[in-house]
Amino acid sequence: MAAASFTAAKFLAPVAARSGGDRAPPLPAIGAASARPRRGAQQTRLRTALAVSSDVLAGNKAAQAAAGEPVVTREEALEVYEDMVLGRVFEDMCAQMYYRGKMFGFVHLYNGQEAVSTGFIKLLNQADCVVSTYRDHVHALSKGVPARSVMAELFGKATGCCRGQGGSMHMFSAPHNLLGGFAFIGEGIPVATGAAFAAKYRHEVLKQSSPDGLDVTLAFFGDGTCNNGQFFECLNMAQLWKLPIVFVVENNLWAIGMSHLRATSDPEIYKKGPAFGMPGVHVDGMDVLKVREVAKEAIERARRGEGPTLVECETYRFRGHSLADPDELRKPDEKSHYAARDPITALKKYIIEYNLATESELKSIEKKIDDIVEEAVEFADASPHPPRSQLLENVFADPKGFGIGPDGKYRCEDPKFTQGTAQV
Amino acid sequence: MLGVARRRLGSGTVLGQLMQTLRPAAAARTYSAAAKEITMREALNSALDEEMSADPSVFLMGEEVGEYQGAYKISKGLLDKYGPDRVLDTPITEAGFTGIGVGAAYHGLRPIVEFMTFNFSMQAIDHIINSAAKSNYMSAGQISVPIVFRGPNGAAAGVGAQHSQCYAAWYAHVPGLKVLTPYSAEDARGLLKAAIRDPDPVVFLENELLYGESFPVSAEALDSSFCLPIGKAKIERQGKDVTITAFSKMVGYALQAADILAKEGISAEVINLRSIRPLDRAAINASVRKTNRLVTVEEGFPQHGVGAEICMAVVEDSFEYLDAPVERIAGADVPMPYAANLERMAVPQVEDIVRAAKRACYRAVPMAATA
Repeated sequence: MAAASFTAAKFLAPVAARSGGDRAPPLPAIGAASARPRRGAQQTRLRTALAVSSDVLAGNKAAQAAAGEPVVTREEALEVYEDMVLGRVFEDMCAQMYYRGKMFGFVHLYNGQEAVSTGFIKLLNQADCVVSTYRDHVHALSKGVPARSVMAELFGKATGCCRGQGGSMHMFSAPHNLLGGFAFIGEGIPVATGAAFAAKYRHEVLKQSSPDGLDVTLAFFGDGTCNNGQFFECLNMAQLWKLPIVFVVENNLWAIGMSHLRATSDPEIYKKGPAFGMPGVHVDGMDVLKVREVAKEAIERARRGEGPTLVECETYRFRGHSLADPDELRKPDEKSHYAARDPITALKKYIIEYNLATESELKSIEKKIDDIVEEAVEFADASPHPPRSQLLENVFADPKGFGIGPDGKYRCEDPKFTQGTAQV
Repeated sequence: MLGVARRRLGSGTVLGQLMQTLRPAAAARTYSAAAKEITMREALNSALDEEMSADPSVFLMGEEVGEYQGAYKISKGLLDKYGPDRVLDTPITEAGFTGIGVGAAYHGLRPIVEFMTFNFSMQAIDHIINSAAKSNYMSAGQISVPIVFRGPNGAAAGVGAQHSQCYAAWYAHVPGLKVLTPYSAEDARGLLKAAIRDPDPVVFLENELLYGESFPVSAEALDSSFCLPIGKAKIERQGKDVTITAFSKMVGYALQAADILAKEGISAEVINLRSIRPLDRAAINASVRKTNRLVTVEEGFPQHGVGAEICMAVVEDSFEYLDAPVERIAGADVPMPYAANLERMAVPQVEDIVRAAKRACYRAVPMAATA
């Protein structure tokens, strides 16, 4: 069956029709098929599910002619293009390296979903935070972690962003405010909510304010996570305390081999936002410009202190769940449907059509990225393995585990602190 | 006098200063019988108060910590003093709010997450272990997690199987966590203050039945800068015939057992572990090398418990010094029953400790040979 292909429709008024597109999942008769009464009920709650339109990349000529102007500047378009190409080339290189034995363990690749990472993260400041899942390489790259650090980390070398101690699923970078990298489904959501809480606390209690507004946190997670308890707990608390967070659902329809439709009673995830009192937005996650438009609004809302937003991005991963996944359950026609909607190809077409850059300029960007990724591999290859002494390091921030003394310094630094036995 | 002190605790005066004004003028710094007594509850409350006052990035979150003044009144008065931004009543969402605390700690704040009992921490244990304990390691030191998880642990009175488990062994198993178990009010103050100031995640296991108990405290312990080292045990009572290690409520039982043993001519050395991870192996071994006999006491289930770890620590470092096999006293290997008489049997009592100490002192051959 054709995969879900929601087409975004703009809600000018709270009651709106969803224009075009197949209504993909066979929803029960009682449900959204006759959605209007439900939406009417929702409208009285002043919280409606919004969706954003931009038919620009849909190949809709009429809309294009009407649009006329590109929605991004040349610089923005090139920045976005470069970031997506970096994500794609990097992940392809990871696959190569994995099959050559340089990378090991669990490796989850992001091919096909680049529009979500780029669309959101390129709008952030350095002080904003990103929390991700195990599919985190590209989030790290978009947030600014150098490709060579990520590659070295994947190779398990001492020059990796976590000195080889984290690995593919645990990318952390304090300078870039990338707060992980979590293997457990749903684990990053409360952590992201906590980072948003810290941002608000710093602003309101510690009175450390920034002229831009609150620092925003983005939590990225998948469709499978949206059935997890922690997700709902955090939707509740984020809205309750009006935290500056955007919950970004990368709905790629599959949780390993479990189809989203088989696992979820109501597959339309964006609707879970209004249930908690926050806007829920659905967007075509294969279109980076649409994602960027929605992201802009959600991030600005959070920055102004208006609270969280739930954004569901319909996207697709071109590869299996991980490099160990034989990916037998997904139908070929679904895969080819989404391959035809490759975000990078679509953006390239857009850039050329709107004369934002020439073909050769884009080619030179691609070449530049190829060089960067190759250099990253060479760097990682040449880097040393962690020394044996590193095994026991970093368990605690506290060097010997004896805590901090009344003078505020670590006790073990105090020469008078006895290494002997207990006090009586 | 003490009643006045207690009533005034929540309204802004530092406990230490208050106690000083109440001390008789003649006693400058004596540790005599004139030492003040405070309950464990007051000790914890004052420690929270002082640390929140000293560092604005410290905040408290948990169920009922605010308007209810704390499920066990530990956070009494803190909401009035610090406001709802710093004393947060959470919904019943352990996984969610523990994760929020961890995320806030990642990002520069110093949260104190209260679990109504540590049994409820099991709903949040993924965050305690995977996103708090392991993060400093996984990030190679970039992300430290200065968070404290605190709450009552272990058996209370008649609360049944799901509210009575001791989690010391569970949390102490994990590298990256510090696990503290105060016994006295001084322990409570010093260790909680150390925990809050600590850059690493600390699991702070209190005991509900100790909250109301009064303990003498020195003037030094009442000072707002007082804190105890982590990873150091305390010798509560010196002795030369047998070493008894205990933590939390069992320290009180061990001291009572030591009194009984003393009447029978056995001089027991009681070690209050204070810190289960890092465990003060040096102190335990030094004591065993002196007495040559060891009894470990704990309230939790016996298998894979704290006593097993202590026994191994001694076998590894001081095997030749042991004159008798290590005796292990633990709770019964059953979920805690409800009936009062069964509950009494499921938790170690003073007589059990006395019996074990005597076995350690008088047995000449290993237990297996007598079977």
